[in-house]
Amino acid sequence: MLPLTPPQTVGPFFAILVPERGALTLASSDASGPRAAVEGSVRDGVGHPVPDALIEVWQANADGHFNHPEDPASPGPQTGFDGFGRIHADADGAFAIETIMPGSVPGPENTPQAPHLVVGLFARGLLTRLVTRIYFENDPLNADDPILTMLPADRRSTLIATELAPGRYHFDVVLQGPGETVFFDV
Amino acid sequence: MPETVRPLDRYRRPPASSLPSNDTPAYRSTAFRHPTHPLVVIPQTLSEITGPVYGDGPIAPADSDLTQQHPNPPLGERIIIEGRILDEHERPVPRTLVEVWQANAAGRYAHAADTHDAPLDKNFGGAGRTVTDATGHYRFVTIKPGAYPWPNHDNAWRPPHVHFSVFGQSFLTRLVTQMYFPGDPLLSLDPVFNAIPSERGRQRLIALFDLDVTQPGRALGYRFDIVLRGRDSTPTGL
Repeated sequence: MLPLTPPQTVGPFFAILVPERGALTLASSDASGPRAAVEGSVRDGVGHPVPDALIEVWQANADGHFNHPEDPASPGPQTGFDGFGRIHADADGAFAIETIMPGSVPGPENTPQAPHLVVGLFARGLLTRLVTRIYFENDPLNADDPILTMLPADRRSTLIATELAPGRYHFDVVLQGPGETVFFDV
Repeated sequence: MPETVRPLDRYRRPPASSLPSNDTPAYRSTAFRHPTHPLVVIPQTLSEITGPVYGDGPIAPADSDLTQQHPNPPLGERIIIEGRILDEHERPVPRTLVEVWQANAAGRYAHAADTHDAPLDKNFGGAGRTVTDATGHYRFVTIKPGAYPWPNHDNAWRPPHVHFSVFGQSFLTRLVTQMYFPGDPLLSLDPVFNAIPSERGRQRLIALFDLDVTQPGRALGYRFDIVLRGRDSTPTGL
């Protein structure tokens, strides 16, 4: 076995690689499926915005499938959507993601997972990537989701985006302190 | 309802010794940014085992040669960085996106927020990308970045480094790291580098000077192999 290459912080200057800030179009308007928009911000332990956060999102298509060789029902290349996007938070630590609502993906023992976005978070001051998920308020599958039900009841809500209007959601990432977002070891 | 899926191998969990803690007081920016709750261990599902399939996008030659992106060559010591992207089992990771970004030779980034009083170089943007070949090999041509001061502690200087971003074949293999140069006296003083718990892990981030990579009369060569998470040897169901 080879020893792993350890991670290091993304630092404050990754914008020379990822110049786009604030608004991410993960699925264009011609992508297949109902639309979903998630807006929110990243904040630190004293409530300050994290303007140098890099947010990466990976998600299934509307049928719950991934364009990836290990999805047995991989749809292959799709119009206006490949499941991945990344965005540099804006000066207020805010982000807005335009996408399609992901379908249900099988979980452990084939239990259905509620629709979710998989999120990777990088920032100055984070030496190792943080991993979390964004679920969607009012989805009937949330109650039995195999990952959400692993969490203490009082922390589940940190992973559930609140529904502002049909298809429009709000989700804040809190790195530390009261309301701290659940982060995963996966 | 999801259909039945075949059993998938999981990825090995990284040993703690390979991961720098987000709670690293010597690196001051971690103070209010590290989670205080322990990470919640969850099973790997299809959502995490899959990941963005990059590598088929168009890559122009200048994308991996940071000295060819402007009308004139940048100032600085021209270098070649090449290596392989492998998994823990020494299997190559082919056709995966590798991205880099870095400061110029004077130690300044082409970024509005970099206020270091060092000259910008209009012939150096400092970002590049390439895709590994079938053997996991990649290669960049660039200039050696300079050291630069930062406000972490009194007289703090970051050692020269090149930021690397690698995807691999899964959301779980995603890696953002930094490559350092051998023999650098700033390494032992750097809280970012020294946040890596194990000596073996730290050594992974130091490129090797390699005369075989060096191009005679043109550029010094460094070898930097990157090892991503590999499969668990035990196949399991989802």
